[in-house]
Amino acid sequence: MTDPIIRIEGVSKSFGNFEVLKDLSFTVAPGEKLALIGPSGSGKTTILRILMTLEEINGGGIFVDDEPLWHMPKNGALVKADEAHLHKMRAKIGMVFQLFNLFPHKTVLENVTLAPMLTKGTPKAEANALAMDLLAMVGMADKASQKPAELSGGQKQRVAIARALALRPKIMLFDEVTSALDPELVEEVLNVLRKLADETDMTMLLVTHEMNFAHDFSDRVLFFDGGRIVESGPPDQIFTNPQEERTQTFLRKIVAAGQRI
Amino acid sequence: MEQWYGYIGLILDGAVVTAKITVLGCALALVAAFTAGLGRISRFWQLRWLATAYIEFFRGTSIFVQLFWAYFVLPLLGVPLSPLQAGVLALGLNVGAYGAEVVRGAILSVPREQYEGCKALNFTRIQELRHVILPQAFVLMLPTFGNNAIELLKGTAVVSLISLSDMTFQAQVVRAQTGSTAVPFLTILFLYFAYSTVISNSIKALERRLSRGLDVTKG
Repeated sequence: MTDPIIRIEGVSKSFGNFEVLKDLSFTVAPGEKLALIGPSGSGKTTILRILMTLEEINGGGIFVDDEPLWHMPKNGALVKADEAHLHKMRAKIGMVFQLFNLFPHKTVLENVTLAPMLTKGTPKAEANALAMDLLAMVGMADKASQKPAELSGGQKQRVAIARALALRPKIMLFDEVTSALDPELVEEVLNVLRKLADETDMTMLLVTHEMNFAHDFSDRVLFFDGGRIVESGPPDQIFTNPQEERTQTFLRKIVAAGQRI
Repeated sequence: MEQWYGYIGLILDGAVVTAKITVLGCALALVAAFTAGLGRISRFWQLRWLATAYIEFFRGTSIFVQLFWAYFVLPLLGVPLSPLQAGVLALGLNVGAYGAEVVRGAILSVPREQYEGCKALNFTRIQELRHVILPQAFVLMLPTFGNNAIELLKGTAVVSLISLSDMTFQAQVVRAQTGSTAVPFLTILFLYFAYSTVISNSIKALERRLSRGLDVTKG
């Protein structure tokens, strides 16, 4: 058993009086494809946002690559991380958002080249070549010179995936990446994710409401409810033979809503 | 009729001075607006405090008083200024204070998703501002900047009070010499209007150019 790439230890998080995460602990192995499922407000998106350092934690600790994410060692003790430490840690992690978050004033190509040029000092020619490779992989090479406003939602999301990959992160976070898409555009984005899962050894965490996709994609599924992991296991077990009543109820509702699982 | 050519020439000389103060004043206002606007959203309270003090002071006191301070009081403190320098300083800082709130508001109205996108790509705060936030915020600032520039243009008329011979000053001269109010003031009325039309059309053109293909609300 290799050392986990992510260790979450007793993490708690509140927004005001609302406790989103309660003493949450789990680990992720390098290269693992993990699906986080559960009802809205169960805390699964918050976990991704905390890993991307978009939300602070209120208690507990997180280790990425054996280094604390939200803390740093100082005089033999762990203190709250400063911006320089967060900057270093963020380089290991990439994220794709529900609303794409592309830069509307930049072309597709510039959206992908900007980060390597700014954060790694990659020369422009090299950044362009890398970006064109990535855009070709997501099937967007022919749109390189267009602005995001000229693209469909599915196309925007594929560009956003290429943009996040351009920094070559060890860990990729996908936060409901198909939730804002028209139904007929979902599949083109899921195909890109399938390809990534098959062809790379990146660690991937996926928050999704597409149960069928979570089943095919993941090595392990975590079912969240009320800020806790209620049940976890291989997808076959969670989707065909869930042990916990809350998991069963949730999946029944999903099926009743018309999804195949 | 002959005599009017000379008088109109005088007013046109004044129009050049007005144009000069407007351009220099706008340049100073732009610098002040960005400095104070960014200061207002700084992480450091000292900078926030300084920016707020500047903005409140210049918005809360009369441009007329500020101009007299710049021209008559600063020399007593060892900073002698020419009428042009005093005029540009007072107008630039006054309009810059209004512009600072425009800069701040525009930056804060760039959607949160854009900031989060930058963080996920590991940009520093400076890179985030320079490459992502300001280019989008600037388009939002433009219409109000246009209004501010026109306010500054109209404000230049007060510099005649510190003996700067702008077009209002020259119109007064012509009025004193000819006894006619209608002709000189009708002339400068048209000139001010022509200037402000140039400003607002230029801003509109710039806005169109910068927002081409841009849909700020939907990344």
